[in-house]
Amino acid sequence: MTKYIDQGKNDTRSGYGDAMTELGRTNPNVVALCADLVGSLKIQPFIDENPERFFQIGIAEANMMGIAAGLTIGGKIPFASTFANFATGRVYDQIRQSIAYSGKNVKICASHAGVTLGEDGATHQILEDIGMMKMLPGMTVINPCDYNQTKAATLAIAEYDGPVYLRFGRPKVANFTPVDQKFEIGKAVMLSEGTDVTIVATGHLVWEALIAAEKLEEQGISAEVINIHTIKPFDEEAVLKSVKKTGCIVTAEEHNYLGGLGETVARTLTVQHPTPQEFVATQDTFGESGTPEQLMEKYGLNNKAIEKAVLRVLKRK
Amino acid sequence: MAKLDELQDIVVQTRRDILRMVHKVNSGHPGGSLGCTEFLVALYNEVMDLKEGFDMDGKDEDLFFLSNGHISPVFYSVLARKGYFPVEELNTFRLLNSRLQGHPTTHEGLPGVRVASGSLGQGMSVAIGAALAKKLNGDDHLVYSLHGDGELQEGQNWEAIMYAAGNKVDNLISTIDRNGQQIDGPTEEVLPLGNLKEKFEVFGWDVLEVAEGNNLEAIINGLNEAKSRTGKGKPVCIILDTMMGNGVDFMMHTHAWHGKAPSDEQLANALSQNPETLGDY
Repeated sequence: MTKYIDQGKNDTRSGYGDAMTELGRTNPNVVALCADLVGSLKIQPFIDENPERFFQIGIAEANMMGIAAGLTIGGKIPFASTFANFATGRVYDQIRQSIAYSGKNVKICASHAGVTLGEDGATHQILEDIGMMKMLPGMTVINPCDYNQTKAATLAIAEYDGPVYLRFGRPKVANFTPVDQKFEIGKAVMLSEGTDVTIVATGHLVWEALIAAEKLEEQGISAEVINIHTIKPFDEEAVLKSVKKTGCIVTAEEHNYLGGLGETVARTLTVQHPTPQEFVATQDTFGESGTPEQLMEKYGLNNKAIEKAVLRVLKRK
Repeated sequence: MAKLDELQDIVVQTRRDILRMVHKVNSGHPGGSLGCTEFLVALYNEVMDLKEGFDMDGKDEDLFFLSNGHISPVFYSVLARKGYFPVEELNTFRLLNSRLQGHPTTHEGLPGVRVASGSLGQGMSVAIGAALAKKLNGDDHLVYSLHGDGELQEGQNWEAIMYAAGNKVDNLISTIDRNGQQIDGPTEEVLPLGNLKEKFEVFGWDVLEVAEGNNLEAIINGLNEAKSRTGKGKPVCIILDTMMGNGVDFMMHTHAWHGKAPSDEQLANALSQNPETLGDY
């Protein structure tokens, strides 16, 4: 299988922050909004260089979504950022009416998604956001896997006209995608070709999928690993092509199995090419306090869980 | 200034439009629409600086945002009579495949509408965003917004009110339609709003009250006064005392016509009180 090297652990939110710095220099229409979480979102350099294009909203996420919608009227490209929990469920109706239904070019940039924000616990974690956001008509949903890809995705969505939900996280994780890889919205990335099983993963689970594939290779199992960074619009062709070759699939995501990537894959396969599938996802539960590693272990969101799911699905072929 | 009698002709015709629109589909919100007719007619035909035609960005012109989207009948009529779209299209209000949805949207591309509204409490935030964009663009035009008084029970308004004052969004004029009524009854019974003027003032707004909110001359004077107070470091609020159902005697002094259409007989009675001026659609 194709080998990937961790170029040095980094957090995906820093990919966002560094891309914002770049956008501040290259795109005068880009403006940033934040609801009292500048440090967590890594956007201080953008603010330092473009104070007039930054809006500190305070702890008022509903107002932030509305102001972001308004800023598009006049040609601005607002990047509204806070924790994923407060960027989705807390303000779902504001996003629905003022942004999605109104077709506004707002980028909702959500850090600390999933359980891996860790010790703060379930009030600050969110495992339902992909589902909520992908159900909104016209909303693009992106969950990049590492620092490089988050940076590339942030740059790419500035060039795209329409509402986007960009989801990333808190912990430092492996940074393994090429630094210069172009980010194509809606286009899956083939990471490693294989013949026995397809593993599609999104976000932090992509690196775990690669580790799982290596371990499976040692057992003589050839896994194909695909990075689904864009959950909506979904790259059906990439998944269908792969399962037609392998005959079974495992989906992996830091999200509830309800509403996540796995369900999008299942729907596609059910309609077009019924295929045995196993889900690596949380099982309709809230998270809790703990270290990211402990939580990924407890909630079955790591390479071990993926490996087990592969062994299960292979028996169903 | 357009002659007051010309504006009054638009007011009366707009009332007829509202009544006929809601009667045709037996749904919609005539009470609040009639209460804000004079305000919106004055705003669009006398006060705002508007370009010909419509584009979403609205650069180099004043902008208006309707937050209490349920009074779409008056909004649609005023837009159509101003020339944003054919008045005949008022005939499609709330019908399948219409651009005139029950509550205003951008989704069907109706000229004059810049954001969807209906789920209450969101319009002031959007208006603030548009006002900030104007400042960034070096555009010294103003942003207007209209809100129901009952709508102020939604908490997002107070986030927006705090933000606008704290950040000196002084190119914004937000008007509160204080008709004292909401679906379940008088606002003071459903959830008292208290002293709105003081509330806005302690949040840092420049507030003026227009007691005769259905009097064209009083409205125009109030809006002009509000304009003169922009650019001075504070957002400006107009508290407009209006009469729900104004211009139709049996729709006044009650909240019964918030979301109810008139019967055939009631329509005939209401129209007889407002004889055709500019021609029905």
